[in-house]
Amino acid sequence: MKKVNWLVVLAGVAVGIAALALSALGNPANMGFCIACFERDIAGGLGLHAAAKVQYIRPEIIGLVLGAMVMALVKGEFRAKGGSSPATRFLLGALVMIGALVFLGCPLRMVLRLGGGDLNALVALIGFTLGIFIGAQFVKRGFSLKRTYTMGASEGIALPAFLIVVGLAFVIFPALFKASTEGPGSMRAPFFVALVIAIVVGALAQRSRLCMVGGIRDAMLFKDFKLLYGFLAILIVTIIGKLALGGLGWGKLTPFKLGFAGQPVAHSSHLWNFLGMVLAGWGSVLLGGCPLRQLILAGEGNGDSAVTVFGMIIGAAISHNFGMAGNPDANGVVGGISLTGKVFVLCAFVVLLVISMVNLPKGAKKEA
Amino acid sequence: MVDARGYSCPIPVVMVQRAVKAEDPQNLTVLVDEQVCVENVTRFAKASGYSVTVTRDGDDFKLELSK
Repeated sequence: MKKVNWLVVLAGVAVGIAALALSALGNPANMGFCIACFERDIAGGLGLHAAAKVQYIRPEIIGLVLGAMVMALVKGEFRAKGGSSPATRFLLGALVMIGALVFLGCPLRMVLRLGGGDLNALVALIGFTLGIFIGAQFVKRGFSLKRTYTMGASEGIALPAFLIVVGLAFVIFPALFKASTEGPGSMRAPFFVALVIAIVVGALAQRSRLCMVGGIRDAMLFKDFKLLYGFLAILIVTIIGKLALGGLGWGKLTPFKLGFAGQPVAHSSHLWNFLGMVLAGWGSVLLGGCPLRQLILAGEGNGDSAVTVFGMIIGAAISHNFGMAGNPDANGVVGGISLTGKVFVLCAFVVLLVISMVNLPKGAKKEA
Repeated sequence: MVDARGYSCPIPVVMVQRAVKAEDPQNLTVLVDEQVCVENVTRFAKASGYSVTVTRDGDDFKLELSK
């Protein structure tokens, strides 16, 4: 197991470079890629929430799924399947999204923010690791959302087809959709460039099984460090890239800046950065992978992951409609989340605990 | 015999881990139906001192673990 899996390192390096390039091309700083943020933007673009600063049909999400789908088809790994607790997965997807938006980033953006010197992401990483640890305790004792079954083709292509239709409609009839004129949603790399970059990354992520949750989880459960190398590769490439290129003034690519205050699209409300990512980490372990991995699996024909992605999109809408997402620090004032958001996060832990307990095998409590 | 067909990783690896921990078998047959699980179970089995042979049967994979 000491052997380094170079494919996952390559995928990590590609994700890191792609994220730097996308920021240089116009995506928000430290947000070249962010699965949670971009699904949230799509929810906004579809008019599911009214937060005017975060609405746009992000081609990165479409590209990741398509890249994974093409690669899975080429390699004969595309298989339509589903039926593993879909309603529970929908709910978990929504909760993971709400947790991620409290922190303002999915696990992938957490790594990118850390690579940019944003120490709020370090607080989040500690929470994320704790969340994974909690989830792993249940997995170790036999937690599962039950088995999947082979399904008809429509189950496998539902999400890719949905995204293709939305993407095509957006290209042909942009006025049908909402699009931010200020804020993060207005900062975009060119549509087709971003789409192609995401297709390449999606294909590599499919081959390498790259997963932000899987790295820490497998290290805890099996002392298997394969996926962790991908995580580290993204971090190292981002740090080097920001140090070397951040000062050149390319697009939204900002220099490496170590600290808590004044980080791009971030807040330094430590407790809630921490708890938001405990929620995202724990929920992701129950789902079997981080938000990025869910997109890739959905591209491989996994209807359970597709329903999780739909849950995440609705979770983003709920988060913004009820004012529960993190507010970035602005003008020296620490942002953070509303009282509603805080209460919701605490309630969400109860829901995760219930889901974790009821899906243990009978008799597992004695073993624990 | 561990039938992990229909389960996504890491669950199949956990099922094998639990079987190995409980009985420490000399031989163990594992059924999975995803390529990624073949890779993951094989990696875990080798690290636990087993040798692994994989045979494919349609959409399913049969892994024979032996010490």
